[in-house]
Amino acid sequence: MDNKQQTPEILDESGDKYKYGFTTDIASETISKGLSEDIIRQISLKKGEPDWLLEFRLQAYRYWQQMKEPTWAKLSYDKIDYQDLYYYSAPKQKVAPKSLAEVDPKLLSTYEKLGIPLKEQEVLAGVVAVDAVFDSVSVATTYRAKLAEKGIIFCSISEAVREHPDLVKQYLGSVVPYTDNFFACLNSAVFTDGSFVYIPRGVKCPMELSTYFRINAQNTGQFERTLIVADEESYVSYLEGCTAPQRDENQLHAAIVEIVVLKNAEVKYSTVQNWYPGDKNGKGGVYNFVTKRAACRGENSKISWTQVETGSAVTWKYPSCILQGDNSVGEFYSVALTNNYQQADTGTKMIHIGKNTTSKIISKGISAGHSDQTYRGLVRVSPNADNARNYSQCDSLLIGKNCGSHTVPYIENRNKSAILEHEATTSKISDEQLFYCQQRGLDEETAVSLIVNGFCKEVMQHLPLEFAIEAAKLINISLEGSVG
Amino acid sequence: MSKTPLLEIEDLCARVADKEIVKDFSLTINEGEVHAIMGPNGAGKSTLSYVLCGKPGYEVTSGSVRFKGKDLLSMSVEERAREGLFLIMQYPVEIQGVPVTTFLKHAVNAVRKHQNLPELDTMEFIKTVREEGKKLGITPDMLKRPINVGFSGGEKKRLETLQLAILKPSLAILDEADSGLDIDALKVVAEGINAERNEHNALLVITHYQRLLNYIEPDYVHIYADGHIVKSGDKNLAIELEKNGYAAFVKEQ
Repeated sequence: MDNKQQTPEILDESGDKYKYGFTTDIASETISKGLSEDIIRQISLKKGEPDWLLEFRLQAYRYWQQMKEPTWAKLSYDKIDYQDLYYYSAPKQKVAPKSLAEVDPKLLSTYEKLGIPLKEQEVLAGVVAVDAVFDSVSVATTYRAKLAEKGIIFCSISEAVREHPDLVKQYLGSVVPYTDNFFACLNSAVFTDGSFVYIPRGVKCPMELSTYFRINAQNTGQFERTLIVADEESYVSYLEGCTAPQRDENQLHAAIVEIVVLKNAEVKYSTVQNWYPGDKNGKGGVYNFVTKRAACRGENSKISWTQVETGSAVTWKYPSCILQGDNSVGEFYSVALTNNYQQADTGTKMIHIGKNTTSKIISKGISAGHSDQTYRGLVRVSPNADNARNYSQCDSLLIGKNCGSHTVPYIENRNKSAILEHEATTSKISDEQLFYCQQRGLDEETAVSLIVNGFCKEVMQHLPLEFAIEAAKLINISLEGSVG
Repeated sequence: MSKTPLLEIEDLCARVADKEIVKDFSLTINEGEVHAIMGPNGAGKSTLSYVLCGKPGYEVTSGSVRFKGKDLLSMSVEERAREGLFLIMQYPVEIQGVPVTTFLKHAVNAVRKHQNLPELDTMEFIKTVREEGKKLGITPDMLKRPINVGFSGGEKKRLETLQLAILKPSLAILDEADSGLDIDALKVVAEGINAERNEHNALLVITHYQRLLNYIEPDYVHIYADGHIVKSGDKNLAIELEKNGYAAFVKEQ
């Protein structure tokens, strides 16, 4: 079915400052609405997938039908009608593009507006390799030749299925099985694209790898799936950014990120999530139900999650670390900012299985407007995880009188030698702080942004530099209208 | 040659939480002058400084204040600051994660923008801050720390003085600037403040001890009680006050 999207740009119409709210008028190819085995077969067929993958999808779908949507999170949203969504939407291309020159210029100009250095020449000037996922399909992966020299694979997951089926088959669903949870199961049934990264043994990836996700088409769920495998002694830093057009209805996003870290390898995964948050009255916005998990399988392996979450109407996300290898390390650094009527239930899970495993959680939540935010985290120490160590720090900052902030830490310790520390604070921007700043000439908005950025600093410094600058700007934009 | 008035307060009345604290207060401060306001604890001296700076919760009920000829009371807190009114606070607040230099740079640029001056070059700015800091015994390491966080009382006052030296206000109000200071720190702070004095700016020193006035010599001393000035004189009044206490003056009421 051909489907021409023609929604005019509605930027700033409602006094909102979401600068990514435009839509791109581009022909897209969709499979009809709804979810059934038949739809899944169509998706698989369109993508020319092997039987094992279709079977994986169908198993997931059958399992999903038995599952119930979770209700334990502190979130309230309208019931999602899973039959009223498109599960496949792709920018229409007659032939698969071989280089950027063949990609629809409208699409490229969209990415330009989003500030992604997609054009080859721009990319060459930078140090970032980009995979861009538009609606459901990966559009262009830049910088590939240079990475290939080192044996690094960075491509869309569809391509990986075709070109590197053994790797995909070995690891897909090995960290997040389709039985894991409702949304992960749905993703396993219908995922349409995403990124795949493989860093071979002993290779330090020479540049940041970056994926950019964009929902464009209307009533489309985005179900991307990212799989990263860091072989022994390897290192990679991976960045993920997300935006969506400003629409009145809610859009569904249910993604999976799986990371496998082998012996002595390290993965740094940074996210700046800026899906459309809805307008100031809480209308529209993305429902963001994401399962992110890393398995530190080898000794001395390390995973570090850093996230800056400012977007989405509803966020349900707990990037987790399974610390299987002895001496493995898991880190979670998070800034979540909610304003207006946004809701976020986010945190992490640190599962200590190996000996001498350490984990660190630094979570900074900022609630403004009528928003509501929950930090939910689990630290679990298994009986054999001798000398496990965790440090958790959860700080909440409230702006105004109508927002909420909650901290729900779970600790399950089954080993006497574990040392677990948890610190939590909740504070408000005080009138004294504002007066002090204003007495030195700062206006209230600058003062609040300075105080908020100071509050987040411990997390922001874990982001790659350019990303950190972008994230700080984003926080300022997201705070607009929260004072006064 | 007649003097140029900087601050003209006329019959000012103000209250906090429905309590009348400042009553018919009048005072004129000219360029180049140092005024000291002395009064017993709880007389509302700090209230006066907050009212002048426009702190929320401090309500002016009548009277007028002109600053450089402009209506001060109609300005917001930050406008007053940008116009050149500076308050050295008794208890400077801590702001986590905001380095001294970053904070100062925002403040300086806010003031410069108000004066239609371009933003300062970062390298140039850091150099100036370090030089000024050095005079006050503030190390480059301290400049990188979050403002006022974990600083001792003396260090906080030095940071306040550093901000004064960088922002170069026309009128600085010192609100019990000597509280929590040992004699050495007091000297450093006083020297820092004196170094910024010139014929175009002025100081209003609020204190209840004469001690600070040994280092910052006032042209006028005013005794403040029951919401207004009950007696004015030169620096000898402060010495007399130190000898005889406030009781004699307060009784005169």
